[in-house]
Amino acid sequence: MSAHAETMHHGPAKGFSRWILTTNHKDIGTLYLVFSLIMLFIGGTMAFVIRAELFQPGLQLVMPEFFNQMTTMHGLIMIFGAVMPAFVGLANWQVPLMIGAPDMALPRLNNFSFWILPFAFAMLLSTLFMPGGAPDFGWTFYAPLSTTYAPPSVTFFVFAVHMMGISSILGAINVIVTIFNMRAPGMKMMDLPLFVWSWLITAFLLIAVMPVLAAVVTMVLMDVHFGTSFFSAAGGGDPVLFQHVFWFFAHPEVYIMVLPAFGVISEIIPTFARKPLFGYRAMVLATVAIAFLSFIVWAHHMFTVGMPLAGELFFMYTTMLIAVPTGVKVFNWISTMFKGSMTFETPMLFAIAFIVLFTIGGLSGLMLAIAPADFQYHDTYFVVAHFHYVLVPGSVFGIIAAVYYWLPKWSGKMYDEKLGQWHFWLSFIGVNLTFFPMHFVGLAGMPRRIPDYALQFADFNMLTSLGAFLFGTTQLLFVYILIKTVRSGKKAEQLPWEGARGLEWSVPTPAPYHTFTTPPDLERK
Amino acid sequence: MCRRLHLFCLALVLPAPLLALEFNMPTGVTDTSQSVFNLHMTIFYICLAIAVVVFGVMMWSIYHHRKSRGHEAAQFHGNILVEVIWTTIPFLILVAIAIPSTITLGDLYDASESDIDIQVTGHQWKWHYKYIGEDVDFFSVLATPREEIENRKKKNPNYLLEVDNPVVVPVHKKVRFLFTSNDVIHAWWVPDLAIKKDAIPGFINESWTRIKEPGVYRGQCAELCGKHHAFMPIEVKAVSESEYETWLADQKAAQQAAVAAADKDWSLEELVNTGATVYEKNCAACHQADGSGMPPTFPALDGSSIVQGEKLEHMKIVTNGRVEKGMPAFGKQLTAVDIAAVITFERNSWGNKTGDRVTPAEIQDLMDKQ
Repeated sequence: MSAHAETMHHGPAKGFSRWILTTNHKDIGTLYLVFSLIMLFIGGTMAFVIRAELFQPGLQLVMPEFFNQMTTMHGLIMIFGAVMPAFVGLANWQVPLMIGAPDMALPRLNNFSFWILPFAFAMLLSTLFMPGGAPDFGWTFYAPLSTTYAPPSVTFFVFAVHMMGISSILGAINVIVTIFNMRAPGMKMMDLPLFVWSWLITAFLLIAVMPVLAAVVTMVLMDVHFGTSFFSAAGGGDPVLFQHVFWFFAHPEVYIMVLPAFGVISEIIPTFARKPLFGYRAMVLATVAIAFLSFIVWAHHMFTVGMPLAGELFFMYTTMLIAVPTGVKVFNWISTMFKGSMTFETPMLFAIAFIVLFTIGGLSGLMLAIAPADFQYHDTYFVVAHFHYVLVPGSVFGIIAAVYYWLPKWSGKMYDEKLGQWHFWLSFIGVNLTFFPMHFVGLAGMPRRIPDYALQFADFNMLTSLGAFLFGTTQLLFVYILIKTVRSGKKAEQLPWEGARGLEWSVPTPAPYHTFTTPPDLERK
Repeated sequence: MCRRLHLFCLALVLPAPLLALEFNMPTGVTDTSQSVFNLHMTIFYICLAIAVVVFGVMMWSIYHHRKSRGHEAAQFHGNILVEVIWTTIPFLILVAIAIPSTITLGDLYDASESDIDIQVTGHQWKWHYKYIGEDVDFFSVLATPREEIENRKKKNPNYLLEVDNPVVVPVHKKVRFLFTSNDVIHAWWVPDLAIKKDAIPGFINESWTRIKEPGVYRGQCAELCGKHHAFMPIEVKAVSESEYETWLADQKAAQQAAVAAADKDWSLEELVNTGATVYEKNCAACHQADGSGMPPTFPALDGSSIVQGEKLEHMKIVTNGRVEKGMPAFGKQLTAVDIAAVITFERNSWGNKTGDRVTPAEIQDLMDKQ
């Protein structure tokens, strides 16, 4: 404690201005996480509307045009508003703590990159109230549906995406600069915790592809307002060009949303197995390999656009290759558990569910890689099932696991373990009830993004909707648990988890406003 | 036999009541759909086997290596040999999957030497079929009544999967489809034929099929194409070769009759009656059955100043469309008779009582001038 006494002289500013003016990595981390939780519920409400409409065949609640706005906004908000900011929030809290740095390297930039987001999303959400409605062309905004045939709000969508992109790029630069320059003396790259490694690689992916997204939305803007014809064959352009540029961004984007979760799981499993991570080097290499491959597989989202045979084969083979490094990660996690001494507190439960359910999503991904079979899977609910399996019990469970795992250190309070277990089991049942039946309706022929469907899909859709209502409402329990912990949780111990290792656990509980103002001495450890 | 084996294996994996429902990819009615199905099942079983092994080890470990059973943690943390093994084995499995996939894909891509060529054009929100070299072409529009969609009537078994004019093809002939689009990207998908191909404006894609059994095979547009994406189904009717020839001859005769009809003198009542059907199929989706529209995107026709104003302005809008607002140029889609009829209908329906009659000849004139 005495080592930290000198840091106590200046705490957070008083009042609301603390949150607006803060340059403290912990405050900004909290802002990101709270923002992401709010977005999770806004995006979740939209999912509720979607699932309520699909509860039965026939048009019941909403008109098809509003349904399309819901699917579009649900996707955009969950990806750019919920999952990505949550990981940036985790990085803000954890990267400095895990590498023994006093703060992020660029604190003012850090404040700026967060405060762009509320404005970006306010602008995006305001389109719901505009004449002609919100964007309705799917989060993938394929041209010419998003250009010639778009509602007027497409312009606001373009600027909102630009702002989100700027925020992400600045956040990524900050993470890279921090990790390269501010590691505790003596901490080599191959000593970095896996969460930090995963985020470093993610940050490079962000810097590589967010400008590509900016390019593609700018081309959309030009086609809409300035008479260019990037995506219109009538003017010498090509609608398929849109898809190539978009997916060159959006496939690495998928890994941006899951690599940090890999990092979280690689921290949690060793802690609760009380055993060091198996194959650290292989884990780092596998992550690098996945990041590299993510740049050369994009057209597997486009197997039906009529690519030449050689193109189809190239993208089929590279996509299949991704299974190898991903498999290595799963095998290493299981080997870490093997012969450990496991306990199953809430973070561990979410981590184990992550491994199982992410693997299911990975296996259906392998099926989707097979181009001839993909002709049947493409644009069906099988795809919806696949990417929700990697994003919900994948990314989102990874985030929830991280919050339960580090919350005692952040808040100094322990969450209610019993309620945490309830939260886990209800989420686990809900998530599978929601997304597993989607595999069946997809295979049986139900296209995605439709507000009404043929009768043979009715039973599974009802099941899916029920599961979605269960999963959605369960997350209110999560909010309750968080509030209860912060307000009246039992005081957490200095080391809340018996098997936890790493610098973040060496600071007092709760983590003081300023930590590591003098670098930790790694030799003594 | 193969199919029964699949069902049996699935029954082991899934709870029994699910078997009564449709939950797997259809085997289909062509050799290619059969080989796609086999590929799908092969890769599914491989994934299943991987899952069983991986999760099996994991569950075994979770059961045995828990602290509550007093298990002490070992401290090993790496082994180059196992890393090499579990990199190599998945790689070999992938190679084994890649070989049949490559063969099937090559087959699917070979659209050469076809017997019949059909051009398929996507429109918001209907399909147009043109039999190349046969002088036969028609639109194919959703036939499910609005009452069923709006839950005012019991839904029939082919709900949302039925059209007014199915595309008819003979069995055992190699049929080549050429896909393109008039507006946004659509995708033509019939699961039983294992064809899904994007219809892209300004570009032509191709695919082919050789159907083995007569029957009706249904599908849907698979690429989000706007508001009524869910409501543009596909119905393929496979018939014997002689039936196909008869059908083709009937179609030709019907199209010639339609051309002749343009020269006939149409009464107001005839035009309104024909126009009502045309309106229901082509206009009601946006402008609504009661002409109230969906402002601001789709203006009301009931009481509209254009509908009640100059005939020529009304004719121009229907014929040339307003592409920027999502209204197609119907001059390219409908016959002069249909356009004349629907304009007459609109000018004499709901609160519009102009008493105007627009003749097919007037529309033909307008189209010829442009």
